[in-house]
Amino acid sequence: MMTVSNLSSANTSNSPPYLRISRLTKKFGEFVALNDISLDVSQGEFVCFLGPSGCGKTTFLRAIAGLDIQTSGTVHQADRDISALPPSERDFGIVFQSYALFPNLTVEANVAFGLENQKKSRIEIKKRVNELLELVGLPEQEKKYPSQLSGGQQQRIALARALATSPGLLLLDEPLSALDAKVRTYLRREVKALQRKLGVTTIMVTHDQEEALTMADRIVVMNAGTIDQVGTPMGIYREPESLFVADFIGTMNHVDGQAVSAESVRLGSLTLACRRHDIPPGKPAVLAIRPEDILPVDDVADAGTPTDNRFKATVREMEFLGSFWRIHLVDKQLGDSHLIADLSVNAALRMDTAVGQKMAIKLPPDRLYVFNPSTGR
Amino acid sequence: MPPAPIIRPKTSKDDKLMAGFMIVIALYLVVALAFPLYAMLSKSFKTASFDLKKYEFQVNKGDGWGPVVSAFEINQTLHVLKPEDLVTSADGRLYATIFFPDFSFRSKTKYRFRQLDPNSSFIDGTRQITDNDWHTYTAKEFRRIILRPSQSIGLGNYITYFSTPALFRSIKNSLFISILTTLITVSLAFGFAYALNRSTMRFKGIFRIIAMIPILIPSLLPGIALVYLFGNQGMLKGLLFGADIYGPIGIVVGAVFFTFPHALIIITTALAISDARLYEAAISLRASAWRTFWTVTIPGARYGLISASFVVFNLVITDFGLPKVIGGQYNMLAVDIYKQVIGQQNFEMGAVVSVVLLVPAMMAFSLDRYVQKKQIAQLSSRSVPYEPKPNRRFDAICLSYCSLMGVFIVGLLLVCQYAALIKLWPYNLHLSLANYNFDVMDGGGWRAYINSIRLGLLTALVGTVVVFSGAYMVEKINGFRVLRTGFQFLAMLPMAIPGMVLGLSYIFFFNNPANPLSPIYGTMVILVVCTVTHFYTVSHLTAITALKQMDREFEAVASSLKQPFYKLLAKVTVPVCMPAILDISIYLFVNAMTTVSAVIFLYSPDTALASVAVMNMDDAGDIAPAAAMGMMIFYTNVAARLIHLFVTRGLTKRTQAWRKR
Repeated sequence: MMTVSNLSSANTSNSPPYLRISRLTKKFGEFVALNDISLDVSQGEFVCFLGPSGCGKTTFLRAIAGLDIQTSGTVHQADRDISALPPSERDFGIVFQSYALFPNLTVEANVAFGLENQKKSRIEIKKRVNELLELVGLPEQEKKYPSQLSGGQQQRIALARALATSPGLLLLDEPLSALDAKVRTYLRREVKALQRKLGVTTIMVTHDQEEALTMADRIVVMNAGTIDQVGTPMGIYREPESLFVADFIGTMNHVDGQAVSAESVRLGSLTLACRRHDIPPGKPAVLAIRPEDILPVDDVADAGTPTDNRFKATVREMEFLGSFWRIHLVDKQLGDSHLIADLSVNAALRMDTAVGQKMAIKLPPDRLYVFNPSTGR
Repeated sequence: MPPAPIIRPKTSKDDKLMAGFMIVIALYLVVALAFPLYAMLSKSFKTASFDLKKYEFQVNKGDGWGPVVSAFEINQTLHVLKPEDLVTSADGRLYATIFFPDFSFRSKTKYRFRQLDPNSSFIDGTRQITDNDWHTYTAKEFRRIILRPSQSIGLGNYITYFSTPALFRSIKNSLFISILTTLITVSLAFGFAYALNRSTMRFKGIFRIIAMIPILIPSLLPGIALVYLFGNQGMLKGLLFGADIYGPIGIVVGAVFFTFPHALIIITTALAISDARLYEAAISLRASAWRTFWTVTIPGARYGLISASFVVFNLVITDFGLPKVIGGQYNMLAVDIYKQVIGQQNFEMGAVVSVVLLVPAMMAFSLDRYVQKKQIAQLSSRSVPYEPKPNRRFDAICLSYCSLMGVFIVGLLLVCQYAALIKLWPYNLHLSLANYNFDVMDGGGWRAYINSIRLGLLTALVGTVVVFSGAYMVEKINGFRVLRTGFQFLAMLPMAIPGMVLGLSYIFFFNNPANPLSPIYGTMVILVVCTVTHFYTVSHLTAITALKQMDREFEAVASSLKQPFYKLLAKVTVPVCMPAILDISIYLFVNAMTTVSAVIFLYSPDTALASVAVMNMDDAGDIAPAAAMGMMIFYTNVAARLIHLFVTRGLTKRTQAWRKR
């Protein structure tokens, strides 16, 4: 919990943002790829742009890099207006999904590429290259060609090359997507540790929510050219501000209901306590709850009577997912929808859960989100 | 809320520099291609004719000046000139005395003369007189009066062309020969490619090499071989049963020979990309081999077949060397251009024939581009390549077919070699090298051969640098969309322009004294410029393909590391593209060695070329030396190919070590 509170304090500090993006719009002909986006990034922060393919996250990154300059809106980096500058006049290092390592140059020459023409002596360059290779954990590989390295190693060389000139901003465009699952998990930790060690402000584009949740200080969830929500991984997961964010990150049940009051909703014949919302009474509402927040309870005083957000439902299907059971529940109160509840293997054993049985569950009011179906918020 | 500020991206130094380079190369293409073509086009619309009403005479036979009579009135009574005599070229000349049959320069008769066209003139001895006033001359002076035609712009030349059967019959001939050759070549090449791709026969490597031989020799060499085989004193004349090799038969056989490798390359590629999974599906559906062939093989290769057809058609209709050697009295468009320009000095009519030839060439070219785009779209990265399985009978059929084609190709080449080595066919069959003693013959001698090698090397060097730089800039520059589109168009254009048309255009453009570039006319420079331009498109496409295969993000990485583009170009792009760059240079060299069509109008006595010498010696009846010179070109190209192979291997070892794991 230490780290989390530390990070949140970093975000709310009063120092001026390192990167200030204001009202960015990018059009490709008639198509609007980015629609009036604003975002501040603090010095040393690790920010992830997360969203489905085509949401504009890569376009956003390329606009920040100056590779595809925005149609309108401004970008300031360290109080300098870089809105119209070509990439060569900006201050960033970049790593692409393809690594883009120069195939005919050795690892050493790749990393040293940006260090030349800087009035540095050969010895200095050599020293810096070794330092960087040490940093990414690949010392003594400098004479090899990229094709002689594994994907994960290539990615680390690309990282070393991007960091060689000590840029103020590190941009990562889906850097881990081309790797297999094990290497990816390992590299996540490595990259994050490296970033923390160097304190370089970093923006990473990814479509992998797990990657974003584990690596980012802050996540920017994007959808159809706009930012849906910005927040810490925990905040994004626990306090989704829109149906899109709730659905895109983690798994989320949703069931149609009706608003009753500011803190209650109707589901079938039940009235459930829920989080505060501003849907007028009687209007349709979408109830949402994560599978792991549905609590199995031992008793419901009387089946069908609403007490304390508890009710009984029938187990229609059980999926074994290794560390837990995913249980599909149906009930007349849910109408055509069904609920997914994740139950630990032990709990399932203890409760003797089986398909066709009735099961008592509780929907904790502080975990029960309500969204307005017409606005999605 | 006020709208966010619109951003005008600042152009980077790199992009400005690249745009500068691109403009330079684009200007080269404009000067070496667009301007000459324009000059030719405008020439084709320039007509010159004698408007007899514009010339007026008065005669004084010692008894005072007679009435004013126009040349038209005189011609009405005397009929000295027929209407077709009045149409002429810009250099047309007419002596004033032909209107006076009883003219004698010894008489005391005096003449007054004026011409009424404000834009025309006449020559009085040595002076050119452009005014419209009366001038008085003695008989002695009058015999030196030369009338110049009035020039105008219009369709006159075209009307003449299409009302002269001897000329427009060539359109039909050219189309007939081209279509017939296309059908034969594409069928033969398809069979060959099918055998190479779909059988497990032996000697595939040798067949591949043999099939490429025709690329290394000028197109007129098979013509010479056919003359030796089936000509008036031919070795196998009897096989023709009285038919004449000089004419359509000879042209078609020779054209099949020299277009075969071009068709084969395209069709082999088309067959190679076919997906094995489709064949597995066909087998699992129990389709017969025949049905599979028509429902899987042919549709899969259709774009390749269509593309090959257009390419062959274009090669044949624009080829000049072969019909010149073996066409006899059978006229074709490309030869007509030569005859009009070199034979009759009628440049306007040459320009008209050029425009007529441009129409089918342009059409075939654009249809080919259209089809090739479709073929690329058909390729999916997930296709599984087809692996042929042994089938004894089928393999035997394939082997015999390929051997037959091999005999045809190698046979014609050997006939040329034989012709070059014997003393005097058919009377003295002793072997000698006398025919290689080019210095005692017309055509330029050994000097022509040296010139050709110089042209080949210069073209390869200059062409590769220009083409690769142009392709790099157009591929990698950011922004400048209009410039890029314009450049792409200019780079594609040369392929649609037949060599004869390009060469003739160069005469009009560069041989104009008003052109500041005219000093290059008649030098090696114009030959290099012309050859680079002539073969620009294929080289450009090779370069573009190689550049497209590189990671698109290299430039982004380099600019983020604040490194200029030329450093990336030198350290990464050029080394990685080296195989393609070498391919471009060998392509340019080989073509510079073999081309006749574009340079035929442009060489001077100092810059005679081997390929042109082959044609000129053949023209002069020195067929054996012509064959010998043709074989010299072949040896040189083989040597160049071997050096290319050697250099590529060496470079691959040194600079492409990274390709190995």
